[in-house]
Amino acid sequence: MKSISDAIALGWAAMAGGKSPWGGSGGDGSGSGKGSDGGEASGESDPAKEGTEGGDKSAGDPAPPPPPGPRNPWLSGSDSKPPRRSASMDDILRARIKGPGGSGGGGGRGGLPPFPRRADGRSWLPIVAGGVVGLWLLTSTAHMLGSNEQGLVSTFGRYSRPIYSGVSLTLPWPIETVTVEDVTSIRRDSIPEGDAEKLMLTSDQNLVDISYIVRWNIKDLKLYTFQLDDPEDTVKEVAEAAMRASIAEVPLKAAMGGEGRAYLEPKTRERMQAVLDAYHSGVLIQGVEIKKANPPAKVNDAFQKVSAAQQEANRDISNANAWAQQVTARAQGDAAAFDKVYAQYKLAPDVTRRRMYYETMERVLSANDKVILQSSGVNTYLPLPEIKQRAAEPKEGQ
Amino acid sequence: MLTFLEEQKTLLIGLAAGALVLISSVVVVPETEQAVVVRLGDPVRVINRFQPRVDYGNTGAGLTFRIPFFERLVRIDKRMLSVSMESQQVLSTDQQPLEVDAYARFRIIDPVRMVKSAGTTEKVEEQLQPILSSVLRQELGKRSFQSLLTAERGQAMLHIRDGLDREAREYGAQVIDVRIKRADLPDGSPLDSAFSRMQAAREQEATTIKAQGLKAAQIIRAEAEAQAAKTYAEAFGKDPGFYDFYRAMQSYDTTFSNAANAGKSTLILSPDNDYLRQFKGK
Repeated sequence: MKSISDAIALGWAAMAGGKSPWGGSGGDGSGSGKGSDGGEASGESDPAKEGTEGGDKSAGDPAPPPPPGPRNPWLSGSDSKPPRRSASMDDILRARIKGPGGSGGGGGRGGLPPFPRRADGRSWLPIVAGGVVGLWLLTSTAHMLGSNEQGLVSTFGRYSRPIYSGVSLTLPWPIETVTVEDVTSIRRDSIPEGDAEKLMLTSDQNLVDISYIVRWNIKDLKLYTFQLDDPEDTVKEVAEAAMRASIAEVPLKAAMGGEGRAYLEPKTRERMQAVLDAYHSGVLIQGVEIKKANPPAKVNDAFQKVSAAQQEANRDISNANAWAQQVTARAQGDAAAFDKVYAQYKLAPDVTRRRMYYETMERVLSANDKVILQSSGVNTYLPLPEIKQRAAEPKEGQ
Repeated sequence: MLTFLEEQKTLLIGLAAGALVLISSVVVVPETEQAVVVRLGDPVRVINRFQPRVDYGNTGAGLTFRIPFFERLVRIDKRMLSVSMESQQVLSTDQQPLEVDAYARFRIIDPVRMVKSAGTTEKVEEQLQPILSSVLRQELGKRSFQSLLTAERGQAMLHIRDGLDREAREYGAQVIDVRIKRADLPDGSPLDSAFSRMQAAREQEATTIKAQGLKAAQIIRAEAEAQAAKTYAEAFGKDPGFYDFYRAMQSYDTTFSNAANAGKSTLILSPDNDYLRQFKGK
């Protein structure tokens, strides 16, 4: 029992007084007469007493946690925490069972709470529970909505009121539930998704490959939430039906051209809105845009031929126009030149005429070989050395 | 504590049983559902039944009570539901096949009848699907291909809706709308022949465009020539005699002294030539 009292003394010293419960547990152990408890305590007390030699001794000890080396007594005390703690757990259980019976007995109280925070006199449990409750209250009573959001509050499933952007308070979760939706942001549905070919029949029974975008948002969140089974899918299906109905009203050319789009887009939007309003869907169609309206891939070549033919025709026409410009301009030029000369000619007809005649003949005759023959006695053949010379000349010249 | 539990065991069990009964007698029906209360297999009342003109919040949704263990709740969707028909080939009066894809929107308006006749909304959908396709085929088969595509479709859809609605009432459902989602030429020969028709039409168009281009070019040329002739006539007509002389001079120049087309000619002149008149010194 001496060693036990030593251990108790040590415990007191090691825990620096502030942790009196250690002592209490030791006391409890002694009270219940548990030999192992005492043994451990004595084993631990040895290194504390002998200082540096403690390592060897502790290795020989039967105590389950071998102290790693020579330490100062304070640390060796903390090393021995686990076994002590386990011992105290036992005690706690025991104390609990005993509790109601011998609550008056001193020391039993001190052993009750299991955690090191016993100094506070309470376990973690209430704090954790309080935290959970607080979090639950906070998350399910205060709702922060962005400027583009709206929420619906239901009390036990029954719709009670809307909430708008900012912070709103409701009763906590099982009583009131809140569903929040983004109402002002525009959603975009691209139909068809991806690059798949979507063929639609036009009024002239041709096919056109079309893809378009529907932009919409929520007009009335209450209707949107409660009226339709699957509002997003409904928007897509209605879009499809409306677009087909509109396409079936225009011929292929118009469907592919710009004026067709100007008709199709607002028409489809109106149709969709009418149907969705009839469904009380709470959806507002902002717009329908045709991304592309092309001939089907299979007949694309034929359409290319048409545009090639168009270009060819355009080329022919512009060539003709250029030629026409040339011809008329030339005629105008010639006419203008004649007019100028004629104006001068009229002033002095004879002189001008002769002058022009001589000037022209000068140019003509000076540029050519000339032979002058008597008009009478025309030769039937011409020896004409000039002609021979003329014929030889190019050969030499070249 | 434990002894306390043991002492008060009966009380605690009683409390727990009471809570259980209370919990199972309180039911929550959300806005999106209507619930039929079935008492021992017999539907007795409807909670939150669909009423067209009652605003949300006043429809009866929320907390309600039932007799536990005797009353069972069958929950039915109150929202608008959809049933879509698988692709169907419909023959028009002019024997042209059309591949039709349609959907119907309906709502359960008589939950008791629905529970008795179908049980669940899925079963109602299953029942409506074949009815929809037969009504659709019957109605569209009365029309020509062209009218299926365009204006008359609206009228046909109304007939189909009414036809389907009549049948749907048996299941406590009301059909709100029927719409053709897709009306296409079926794959295979109808589609191919449409393609080849389109192709031929395009080729014809291409040829026409080319011919029209040539025609336009010809007309432009002729017009230009006419315009030029007119210009010439206006100018030269003032003095045909002088024009003859003037043009002859130009022509001599071009023919005999053309720098661009040099080539010497030998001109044989008679001394009587007018140009040589002065040779004679007269």
